[in-house]
Formats: sequence, C-alpha cells, structure tokens
Amino acid sequence: MAVANPANEAPGNRALRVGAVIREMARRPSGLVGLAIVGGHVLLAVISPWIVPYDYTTQDSRLVLASPSPEHWLGGDHLGRDVLTRTMLGGRQALVISGLGTLIAVLWGGSLGLVLGLIGGKVDDVVMRVVDAFMAIPWILFLLLIIAVLGTADAVLIPTLAFFYGISVIRISRAATHDVTARDFITAARARGERMWTIVWREILPNVRDVMLVDGAMRWSWMILAFSSLSFLGFGITPPTADWGLMIANGRSYMAVAPWAVLAPIIALSSMIIGVNLSADALAKTLGIDRAQKAPV
Amino acid sequence: MTDALVEVNNLSVGFTGAGGATLAILRNVDFSFGKGETVGLVGESGCGKSTLALAMMGFLKPGLRVLEGDILFREHNLFAMNNNALEDIRGGDLALIPQNAGQALTPTSRIGRQIEESVRLHTTLAPERRRERVIELLSQVRLPEPEELLERYPHELSGGQQQRVAIAMALAGKPEVLLLDEPTTGLDVTTQAHVLELLRDLAAQTGTAMVYVSHDLGAVARVSDRIAVMYAGELVLQGPARQVLRNPAHPYARGLLLSIPKLKEAVVPSSMPGRPPPPGKAVQGCAFADRCTMAGQLCRDVSPPLVSTATDEVVRCHYHEKVENLPPPEPPRRGDGRSRDLSDTLLRLDDVSISYARPGVIDQILGRQPDVTPTVDDIVLDVARGETLGLVGESGSGKSSILNTIAGLRPPRKGTITFENDVSLNAPVDRRDTDLLRRVQLIFQNPDASLNPRHTVAELLAQPLRLYFGLNAGELRDRSVALLEHVRLGSHYLGRLPGQMSGGEKQRVAIARAFAAEPELVLCDEVTSALDVSVQAVVLDLLMELQARHNAAYVYVSHDLAVVRAIAGRVAVLYQGRLCEIGPSSKVYALPSHPYTEVLLGAVLEPDPDSIPVLMAEDAVELSPPARGCPFQRRCPHRIGTICDTTKPPWQKTGDGHVIRCHIPLMDLERRQRTKESARRL
Repeated sequence: MAVANPANEAPGNRALRVGAVIREMARRPSGLVGLAIVGGHVLLAVISPWIVPYDYTTQDSRLVLASPSPEHWLGGDHLGRDVLTRTMLGGRQALVISGLGTLIAVLWGGSLGLVLGLIGGKVDDVVMRVVDAFMAIPWILFLLLIIAVLGTADAVLIPTLAFFYGISVIRISRAATHDVTARDFITAARARGERMWTIVWREILPNVRDVMLVDGAMRWSWMILAFSSLSFLGFGITPPTADWGLMIANGRSYMAVAPWAVLAPIIALSSMIIGVNLSADALAKTLGIDRAQKAPV
Repeated sequence: MTDALVEVNNLSVGFTGAGGATLAILRNVDFSFGKGETVGLVGESGCGKSTLALAMMGFLKPGLRVLEGDILFREHNLFAMNNNALEDIRGGDLALIPQNAGQALTPTSRIGRQIEESVRLHTTLAPERRRERVIELLSQVRLPEPEELLERYPHELSGGQQQRVAIAMALAGKPEVLLLDEPTTGLDVTTQAHVLELLRDLAAQTGTAMVYVSHDLGAVARVSDRIAVMYAGELVLQGPARQVLRNPAHPYARGLLLSIPKLKEAVVPSSMPGRPPPPGKAVQGCAFADRCTMAGQLCRDVSPPLVSTATDEVVRCHYHEKVENLPPPEPPRRGDGRSRDLSDTLLRLDDVSISYARPGVIDQILGRQPDVTPTVDDIVLDVARGETLGLVGESGSGKSSILNTIAGLRPPRKGTITFENDVSLNAPVDRRDTDLLRRVQLIFQNPDASLNPRHTVAELLAQPLRLYFGLNAGELRDRSVALLEHVRLGSHYLGRLPGQMSGGEKQRVAIARAFAAEPELVLCDEVTSALDVSVQAVVLDLLMELQARHNAAYVYVSHDLAVVRAIAGRVAVLYQGRLCEIGPSSKVYALPSHPYTEVLLGAVLEPDPDSIPVLMAEDAVELSPPARGCPFQRRCPHRIGTICDTTKPPWQKTGDGHVIRCHIPLMDLERRQRTKESARRL
C-alpha cells in the first residue's frame, strides 16, 4: 500500500531526503567532524583485516612491552603482540555488536513505546511500572548475571544489550507518541475510520521517526561504551580477539612501562564515542530545522 | 504632531535572505502618536504589525535589523540606547501585553507574586506597600475578590481573567504606552467585549497611550481614536477611526471591512481575492495592486506616495479619491443552507446527554453510572438534508462534545442519535461501517493540528479516497486535482506540506479532505476562528459553494454569532451543555431572545464606532453546569426568582419552529429586552 502511491514518498524521494539530511549535517562543524570520525572508524572496521601490518595473535617475545619503533608504530603489548594491529581491529566487534544491539533496541523499544502511547489506559500503566522497575536495577549487575549464566557469545551479548537499552527507548518513544496522539490529525484519522495499523504507520510514525533516530544515535554511543565496559571487566569478548575494552584492561597493569598499549585503544574508543555523539547532536539539529520548516518568518 | 510620545521615522526593518539579499519586512513606516492616544494597528497576518509593535519596544526578533530610520520615544532613539536604559523603559514606560496572555504568565508562580515582581521592578514602593498596590491593580482590572486571587495559580483562571492579570502586570509600572498584541483574539465574545471595555476605561482613566494590534477591524473599532492599516510591511492608511471604519480611502481597508460578517445581514461577506505577499518579498509598484479591483498600469509600475486627504487620512494609493465611489461588491451569495425543506430529516438527536465523569472502582463493580451532572444534557436537535444548523455558545458550552459524539468519538451516556431516520449513530467509530463513516465528516478548528505535518497534500487527500473508494494511483491523482479545484487551489499544491501553506490554504485542504468522502453531513468545529477575517470570508464562501454542489448538511459550531448568522439557516444556542434557544436564524437574532442569546448578541463587536456593546452578565466562567433548574441561572440578567434555580424552564414556542427555554413569559421577556434596547440607543 505504501508503494502504491507515487505522490507520497517514492523510494527516490526518500533517498533524496537521507542525502539532504547528511549534507545538512556536514554543513555544521560538529556534524562534519562527527561524520568524519564515525566514517573513518566504520571504514577502518571494514577494511582493517586486509591492511593490518601484522597478525593480531602472533606473539613475539622481543616485542613484549616494546616501545614504538619504525616497524611497530605503537609498540607491543604485554604478550608481545603489535598494538597498532590490535587497535585497528579492536573496534570491529564493538561496532557490530553495538550497532546491531542499538538497532534491535530502537526497534523493539520504539514499537512497544508507540503502542503504549497510543492505547494508554491500564495496559500502559502496568507495563510502565515494569519498565520503571527494570530501570531501577543497576543494569551492569544484571548484564553480568545473564552473561555469567549464558556465556559471552554474540548471540547472548546482542540481545542482552538490546533488551536493556530498549527499556529506556520505550520511555522516549512513548512520550513522543503521546505528543502526537493528542493532536487533531489523529482524531481526524480515527473519525475517518482508519484502522489502528494505518494510524500507527501513516500518522504517528512519520512524526516520531526523527526523535527515534536521534535517540538511537545517542544510544549507540552509550552502547559502545557499555560493550567496552563489559570487555574491560572480562565479560565481553573472548581473548585473543582484539577489542579496545579488553586491551585497556590488559594494558593498564603495565601503564607505567608501556603507556602506548593502553593509550591507543583509549583514544580509539573515545574518539569513536565522541564522533557518534557529535553526529547525533548534528542530526538532532538538522532534523529540528527540518521539522520547523514552517511558513517564512 | 509636535507632542509625539512615540515617533517612528521612515523605519525599514529587514533580514538577510538565503541568497545574501536584504529583504525588508517593514518598509518606510512613518507613524507617531501622542500622550493618551489610542491607535488600532490593523492588517492581515504577515503584514508586519507585530514586528512594528515589538520595534516600538526597542525589540527586534533575532535576525532582524534596522535598515533605515529610527524610533523615538520621548525624543530618544530606542535603537541607539544601551540595554540597561532599554530595560528601564520596557515594562516601565513602555509595556507590552503579548498575544497569548495565558502563556505569558509563569505557570508555577502565584498571581500575587508575579504582579508583585512587576511592581518591584518598575516602582520604588517599599516592600510592605507592594501587596497593597497589587490588590489595587487587580481591582483596577475589575477582577473580583483580588485578595483571594493573589494565592491562585494562572491555570486556575479563565482566559479572560488571565488576560486581565496580564493587563494588571503591564499597568504596574504606570506605563505611558501600552502595546497590545491581539489582546482579545482567542477569547469568547462576551469576555472579549468585557476586556475591551475595560481597556477603554483604563485608557480614559490613566491617560495611557494604547496601541492595539489586531487583524480584526471589529475588535479595534470601539477602542481606537485612530486606526492605521498595514499591508505588506507598509503603512497604507492612517486616519481617524470613524473615517476609516465608515469610508476608508484605501481599497485594502475597504476590503477588510467588507469581509467582516455583520450581525444584521444574513449573507456571507464578500471576500478579497488573493493573499498578502510573503514577508520580505520585493515589491514593484503598489504592493496591493494584485488584489485591487481598481489597479491600473500606474499601480504596477510606480509605488504610490503617502498623501493626505481632505478627510484627515494619510493614504498610500494612487486612486484614493475613487475608493469611496467604488461600486459595491458583487451581491454576496445567499446561503443555500437557509431555505431547505426541513421535513427531510437527516440527523436527529433525541434527549442526548454526554458525561466525562468516569465511574469509580466501586461503581464499576456495581455497574452503576456515577451520579454527577452530565456535561451535556437534554439535547434535542434535528438537521435536515442540505441545511446548515449553527451551534452557538461560549467555550465550555459543550458544542464540540456534541460534534464528537455525532462523529462517534465519544458515545453518548444517554439518548439516541439517528441518521436518516433508521441508522443509529450511537455506536462509536470503530463499530460503524465504512459507508456510514464516509457520510459523516468532521472539519476541525485548527488546520495546523488537523493536518499531519508530515503528509503532502496529495497524501492527505488520498487517505479518505483510498479508505472509502479504494481508488488506484491514477484515479487518486485525478480526483485530488478536482477536489483542489473545488476549494480553489491549483494542482501544484499536491506536493506541498502543510508547513508550506498559509492558514487559509491549509483549512481549504482540510475542507477538501472532508469533501473527498462525498459526505452528507459535515460537522464544522469552529472552522474559521483560527483564521484572519479576510480569509474567513473566503472559507465561508467556499463552504456555501460546496454545500450547494454536494447537498451536504452542516452542523456549524462557532462562538461568533455574526459568522453563524452569515452561514446558518437555523441556530441553536447552548449554555453549559444545555439548549437555550433554537429556531430559524431570523427569529433567533430578533426579539424576544433567551436571556443568554441576548447577552451574546449584546457582546458582538462590530466594525462600527457607534455600536456600543451591552455588557449584561458578568464574564465569570462557570466550571460545571448547575444540577437543577435553568443552566443560565447564575449569570442571567433577567432572573425572576427561585423558580430559575429549581425547575427546568419550559420550551416556549414563538412559531416557525422557534423555541426559547425560559421561565419568563415571552411577552414579558420581549418587553424587558425592548426597554434595554432603547436604553442602549440613547
């Protein structure tokens, strides 16, 4: 049904809008920097297996806690592995897991919030109290519990992170929906006799989509941090896979002798998070302008 | 004028547009007024009235700058002052009352504290004397029981009361100039009249100069000595109020006057074609030339100079001598909804009552209805095919509740609603079949809210077409273009979003969407009250035309009696969710009337300097209807005794289906009202 109407949002039209949003974001200094950082990290994550100078598992006794040198730009870690190689590879897991996790979180949390915001009443009351209860639990403890029981496979990590982050998405999406459902165009759609599904899909979703996008971008950066924290605590990635959180955890004991081994992943991780935050910020501003496209003056 | 208090000299204000070009939104405005003068500043939305008013406070919206000229207040240039000096003047000597006073009050702070703050900032009164002054201010704006009011929060007050509090705050610094931005827009008729009378008296008492900014000549008629009319950022006409209202020398002012519906004429007012150019658009020649019936080549080429006329006006028009002799506009459309065969009943409401009270837990268990006075009660109405029934009352009178109930959004608590004699409309929306849904359509007050901001016009119109007729893409487009033509919009509007259209255009799209369903009954909820008067005339005319084309019946809800007079054949007057009077409009608008109708009629503002509103009942707001007796008992100017409090008034018939619900015998009622009427004439 959605594609049948040429005047509405033809695919080309939508692609055009995404392009326009990205261009508009890049016009802001924060957006440009943010997009460049995120773009760089994503690109690196995709091509790093082919361009890394060394194998990430190879241990070289001469390289144990070695200083940076022309052959090993960032020196070696406590097991004699090349830090540059491991740093270049260390973001792949974080990106994939947090990216997928965010997507799932926004999808399930967003839809549930939307439905709750629309139907309201007792169901809404009850579900929201459960949500409150979950939000009162220190999430890291709960995560650790689940991981301790189920292990640290991606198939456990992604849904677990998505579940916890989705809970706070519910609140955002429910509030955004509330804002829309009170408006007359929803009443108009109801009075017209539109089905519930059409109202959600056609009337509400286009109006909460922007809020969800920006919220999703913010959540992504938090989830990268959360995932790295888990790795840091030893619950995320199984060694010897390279991962920033794990590298920081391992390297910090030798910080005095080999600061590069811990600094490199820290810079990589924080630049990634800053980049995502900057982009989210620019996205919010850009979409805000988009939304405020009212009559002149 | 030598003793000018505020002097705007050749002021141009503008901003830098997307291409780096400078776009002016005020152009060479010359305007001044002296101590104690009251001036009305009139024009359609986007003509620069508010920008000018704010500039007189020394304030420009971000992005705007002065291109040329200056504003002198007591011979000091406002734009050359530093911020400290400006802050001293603002609120003290120059006070502004913003458009929506309710939103201008801090919701979390008590009324007393808010006014006291103004007193503290703008006077040197000792702290212990301030409270006294606040009470004095509150009584000055005629708020009852000011001492009790000090402890209240803004949301506990009605719109009219909030407006009065805003006025009291503005008066705290004993200002010399009071700028009022649309001071009564959005208020009920009676409240509006009360607030304007108050302002008029205050101006006389305190000698404060007042500037009223409004889109409605009717609202400023009674309170202004002088009226200035703005169009496209220019001051096109300025003159004594009486002259401007009676015989304006500018065709635009004339057009504005003609577009106001009159109480005495049962016709749709004539409308000006077109709309003002968007703010900042460069104009060659006369800005009004495109909409002017007498524009010639000269008008398109040469910008007209400001000239003074023999009648004391200053006007910007090449042909101002001719305006007076312009032929009257083409005879306005006679309403088709007026003369209808009333026996062909389309909709009938029988003893309908609506309640918002929700049963408590215990009541739910016992299956009881809560025993509270329903919001809307005892409604008996019928609407014939193709007729227009006006539903009149102040806000809170249950007009919209009745519409929503007919539309199935809120089922009635009691009573029956029947459509075409056999179909029940008691069922809520989700239990009505598609064809029934199609035949009853609803149009909302504010198109900003009723059109999804994310949908293009094409999608907005496609929704009902798809839902009710299952059209395919090609058919959708053809049908949408036809619908747009019916509301006088071109097919290029299909790709527009609501944010890219003016208020009038949006409302026309909303109307087109309702008519896409080919309805038999259209429920209009204050459809013109969010629009400028000039746009209102266009929309009313359009509604008439569509009614004739589709033979649809309208239930037209409005608080504006003049608008209802223009469009409706029959009128029902509601107070507190109860019917007071119903009948053909010729009868309802003539004596005898229900006392409430009388109050409403007395409060209507007309663009006539000699029309003095009669303020009878207090404009107090009642939060809930009385449990027994006449709904209007507490405010009725003709109350005859306890019978009004205890017994439901009888339906008194005057003939032609006109009934008045009142205890006073009709002869007696008419005599009382005639006495008042003649007193008013004196």
